[in-house]
Amino acid sequence: MAVMEERIPTGGKAPSPTTDDTLLVATQWQLIRWKFLRHRVAVAALAVIVLFYLAAIFAEFLSPYDPTHHDTDYMFMPPQRVHFRENGVWQRPFVYGMTSEMDMATFRTTYEVDPTQKFPIHFFVKGDPYTMWGLFESDIHLLGVEEGTFFLLGTDKMGRDLLSRIIYGGRISLSVGLLGIAISFIIGIVMGGISGYYGGVTDLIIQRIIEFLRSIPTLPLWMALSVALPPTWSVVQTYFGIVVILSLVGWTGLARVVRGKFMSLREEEYIMAAQLNGSNEARIIFKHMLPSFTSHVIASLTLSVPGMILGETALSFIGLGLQAPAISWGVLLKDAQRIIVLADSPWLLAPGLFVIVAILCFNFVGDGLRDAADPYASI
Amino acid sequence: MLGFIARRILLMIPTLFVVSIISFIIIEAPPGDFMDAYVNQLIQQQEAVDPAQIASLRLRYGLDQPTYIRYFRWLGNILQGDLGRSLEWNQPVSKLLADRLPWSLAISIASLLFAYALAIPIGLYSATHQYSVGDYLFTLIGFIGLATPNFLLALLILWYYFVATGNVAVGLFSDEYIVAPWSFGKFVDLLQHIWLPAVVVGTAGTAGLIRVMRANLLDELERPYVMVARSKGLSEGKLLVKYPFRIAMNPVASTIGWTLPALVNGELLASLVLGLPTIAPLFVGALLSQDMFLAGSIVMILSSLTLIGTLISDIVLAWLDPRIREAI
Repeated sequence: MAVMEERIPTGGKAPSPTTDDTLLVATQWQLIRWKFLRHRVAVAALAVIVLFYLAAIFAEFLSPYDPTHHDTDYMFMPPQRVHFRENGVWQRPFVYGMTSEMDMATFRTTYEVDPTQKFPIHFFVKGDPYTMWGLFESDIHLLGVEEGTFFLLGTDKMGRDLLSRIIYGGRISLSVGLLGIAISFIIGIVMGGISGYYGGVTDLIIQRIIEFLRSIPTLPLWMALSVALPPTWSVVQTYFGIVVILSLVGWTGLARVVRGKFMSLREEEYIMAAQLNGSNEARIIFKHMLPSFTSHVIASLTLSVPGMILGETALSFIGLGLQAPAISWGVLLKDAQRIIVLADSPWLLAPGLFVIVAILCFNFVGDGLRDAADPYASI
Repeated sequence: MLGFIARRILLMIPTLFVVSIISFIIIEAPPGDFMDAYVNQLIQQQEAVDPAQIASLRLRYGLDQPTYIRYFRWLGNILQGDLGRSLEWNQPVSKLLADRLPWSLAISIASLLFAYALAIPIGLYSATHQYSVGDYLFTLIGFIGLATPNFLLALLILWYYFVATGNVAVGLFSDEYIVAPWSFGKFVDLLQHIWLPAVVVGTAGTAGLIRVMRANLLDELERPYVMVARSKGLSEGKLLVKYPFRIAMNPVASTIGWTLPALVNGELLASLVLGLPTIAPLFVGALLSQDMFLAGSIVMILSSLTLIGTLISDIVLAWLDPRIREAI
């Protein structure tokens, strides 16, 4: 593998197939990997996505506070800036404390940076206790201050740390995308497969269903269906309910890709050869046809993640998706809905930034994968 | 051409039928029926509930009938223009919709115009200046536009609006025109307000349209006929508008079909955030208070209008491009 990468440096010229046989003996997945690695933006976007998911997985350890840790002394506190030097002298990063003052006429609390209070930032500080993944008990957080406050993205209406809530919110918002496409994947591949493999009337009916679902607006349907979820359901049940609703409407794009591929592959000679050899349909589909378009499927799966994330965020934002004790980016953005609050505390929009970056990255990675998976594009 | 239109309209009937079934499922989905909700409302208003009267009402509305009979009865009413009654507003659904639907349509059409007015010149520029700084810049903005949820953009704009004017809602008219009868002045005032939601809703669609326009035009620019036209001395601008641009416009026109559903989604979210008197707040209110006749009717109307819009765009496309007329 090391030899390969040396011969085909990312971004450089590829060896021509006639003079160099590394390309001829390379497997399909190696070719895809090389092509993808040349897509600099896509690689960078993939790195960001991996970081996001790692942050969501290790939320307990990475977040400075417990997401429910509230303190009425610090309601709507603006973000604290990290400083690296004081009076021109470099030193251990630190944050300044803030003093609050209540305006007795408007009952609004205003915060002022107080340079006399200095809280150095430490690694592995003791903070709110947590149970990692419900298994290990600990109270060590990656970053934090030993005394004072450490609100890098400010606090919300109950004085909870917004950064911690965003990290925890990523768990729901980011996993909705993966779980959603997993379900869409199953529906899409079954429906698209049946449609493309058998053709005829079956194909016609499934195509009509797909066309129908694609031609009506999804949001009203999602909204109406999510109201039908029983209000007695727990957070986890509602979460799964929302994911199922999103996938029930969102599988059509994938089914189209699968059908198109089945349609074109069905005419290939090697499929006929397999049929003549007496392979049954399941074997032909899973052993011969599926591997040849797996890469395409992965690319279109990646491209359908953003729709799922946006769907959940929009539903929760309106108030029809997940509700308050649950933490997702949409639920957090709901706090920013009241414009008077937002005007005083613009940092409440921070979860939106995370939504945009996540979706942007999924789009870049999906585009990169699609280009890399195209066997006819020049390497 | 007439035959094409007739075939397309015939094809749409089963689709509308499915839309009506889905809307009916939505109406029936929450536990309990129309009468239960009515009884609850009476209890909340602390009025006497007469079981005999409720039972007779049940009979009158046919709530004791099996589902499929109720469905056909409901469908029959809809075909006669009766969409049922909103419990929350105590008004016929059709009247509620008539008050608000025009604004939703106005915003959608304005944002469609905005999206095309912006996307076509930018797509043209990006294709003729491929890999230039401008091209990259527009591509980047397009990507960010695609990734920004409508409601977030609406929120950002509303925030600036609030800071600038101190108003918490954008509205569709200035105060002095809200109750005034229609006049030219009121129309101009509407135009001055509607561009804001139109921009919010149109942005996401614009990004997609630019990509389609750019890709199509790039394909066409490589064709031999472009070279022929160039070699006979046609000026660059004339050549572009006369040949490749017209062909590249066809797929762009066909994207209206998939732009419309996105437009409806965007309009709903933008109106909610910007506090516009469109169908969106009515819909959310209906869903939250389980006013299902209203909610189901809105789903039905929005889906049907989208389908009709797609039909119109198909007809326009067939009129533009004779090849399509033969295809279906």
